Amino acid sequence: MRLAPHWRVRAQRLQLRGEVCQCCGERLFPPRDVCPACHQPADKPFAFCGEGTVYSFSTVYEAPKGYERFGPYTIALVRLKEGPLVTAQLTDIDPADVRIGLPVEMVTRVLREEGEDGMVIYGYKFRPVLEREAAREEARA
Amino acid sequence: MIMRPSREVGIVGYGAYVPRYRLPAEEVGRIWGGGQAGYPVREKSVPGLDEDTTTMAIEAARNALRRAGIAADELRAVWVGTESKTYAVKPTGTIVAEALGATPHTQAADWEFACKAGTEALQAAIGLVGSEMVRYALIAGVDAAQGRPGDALEFTAGAGGAAYILGPREESLAYCEGSLSYVTDTPDFFRRAHERYPSHGGRFTGEPAYFRHIERAATQLMQELGRKPADYATCVLHQPNSKFPARAGKALGFTAEQLAAGMLVSDIGNCYAGSSLIGLSAALDRARPGDRILLVSFGSGAGSDAFSFVVTEAIEERRNRAPLTWDYVRRRHPIDYGTYVRYRQKLRMH
Repeated sequence: MRLAPHWRVRAQRLQLRGEVCQCCGERLFPPRDVCPACHQPADKPFAFCGEGTVYSFSTVYEAPKGYERFGPYTIALVRLKEGPLVTAQLTDIDPADVRIGLPVEMVTRVLREEGEDGMVIYGYKFRPVLEREAAREEARA
Repeated sequence: MIMRPSREVGIVGYGAYVPRYRLPAEEVGRIWGGGQAGYPVREKSVPGLDEDTTTMAIEAARNALRRAGIAADELRAVWVGTESKTYAVKPTGTIVAEALGATPHTQAADWEFACKAGTEALQAAIGLVGSEMVRYALIAGVDAAQGRPGDALEFTAGAGGAAYILGPREESLAYCEGSLSYVTDTPDFFRRAHERYPSHGGRFTGEPAYFRHIERAATQLMQELGRKPADYATCVLHQPNSKFPARAGKALGFTAEQLAAGMLVSDIGNCYAGSSLIGLSAALDRARPGDRILLVSFGSGAGSDAFSFVVTEAIEERRNRAPLTWDYVRRRHPIDYGTYVRYRQKLRMH
C-alpha cells in the first residue's frame, strides 16, 4: 500500500497550494522550492485561487490502470489566473463541449482509488465555471 | 426542554452543494414499474463518478467559508454529519479540514444519526461556540444516499448537502433563538454493518417515526419560545419525499408558502443528512433581515432537532459571496437508468 507519497502532496492536491518566489514574485505550481525564472529559493507557500482557462486538451479513451472507470475523460492544460500551466482532469463536462479558452474553476474530486481496501485519493480537477444567478443579475444591471 | 447556550450563537456563513446529474423518477419507473399513483419526487440528484460525501462536503464548506469571510485556520471544529462515509474507519472531517486549510489546530470528526446527523453536529457546534470554547465551528450535513435497485427508496435517494459556520451572534447572518431535540428508540430505518443498502419499515417510517418526531419537536420548541407558525417566514422540514413535509407542515399550521422556500425534494430528491440543511440554505438565499426560520430535521432511529433562527442584516451583504443553492439545483444534466447504474457503481464487476 502506497500512503506516504500521497500524504506528502496533500496540500498541493487538496488546496492547490504552490509557492511564490520572494525574489521575483513568480508563482509556482507544483511547488519546487527553486524559482525557474530567477533561480532563487522560492519556498513561501501560495494558495492559488483556482480560476483559469483551458489552454489545450485531449480526451482519453483508453484510460491507464486505476482510471478505467472514469473513461472517456478529458485531460487539459489549464492556465491558472496567477500564471502557471497545470495538467488536470476536467469534470462535470461532456468531452464534446470542451474548447480552448473555456473558463474553469478548481474543484476537489476523487482522482482514483487504490482498490476496495485501499486509499481514496482526492485532488484537484477543473470544471466549467458554475453559472450564477447573482452574476446574471449584475450583467443585466 | 429548550436548549440555549450562555453566549448567543448564530450562523456566520453557509454554503450548499448539489451534484450535476439528475435521474428522473420516470426513469426508475420505466425499469422497475410503479408510479401509477404518482412519483414521490420529480427527479433526484446523482453524484458523478468522481464525487462522494467528502467531495460534496468540501465544496459546501468552501462556500460557507466564502460567506463567513473568515480564514480557514480560525475554525476549531470541522464536523461532517453523514450516513454515507467514504471510509468506514477514517474521518471525513480530516480530509475536509485539510482541503479548507483548517488543519492542524482544529477538531475533526464525523457524526452519525441517519438523516439528522448534520443537525446533531449543528446543535453540538452551537454548544461549543456558545460555551466560548471556540469562536468558529464548521458543520456539514451531506450524503450520497443509497437505495436498493427496485426499492421504493431508489426514486428518492439523492445526493448533496450544506455546510454552516457557527460563530458569535453579533457576527451572524442568522442567530439561533433556541433548539430542542425529541428522540426515541424507533427502528423505522437502518443499515447493518457491512450491508450495502438500508432496510426500512415501509409505512412504519411515517406515523410513529417521521410525523411523531417532527411534529412534537416543532410544537414543543414553538411553545417554549412563545411562537406560533404565523411568526415564521419559512419552515424547513426534513424532506424524504414531497408528501411527508407538506403533510407535517400543514398539521403544524404552516401554509404552503411558508414551506416553499426550503422545499427542494422534488428537484434533487432526499439528501438524507443534507436534506433539511440544504433546505435551510435555500431559505437563507431568499430570506430578509428580521425573518424567522424554523428548521426541523428527522433522523431514523429516531429523532428530530428543531431550531428557531432569526435572520440579521448581514444576510444581504453575504448572500452573493458564494453560489446560491438554486445555482446548483438549476445546473441539471438528466441521465438514464443505465448511466445511473454506472455512476452509482451498482453493477458488481467481480
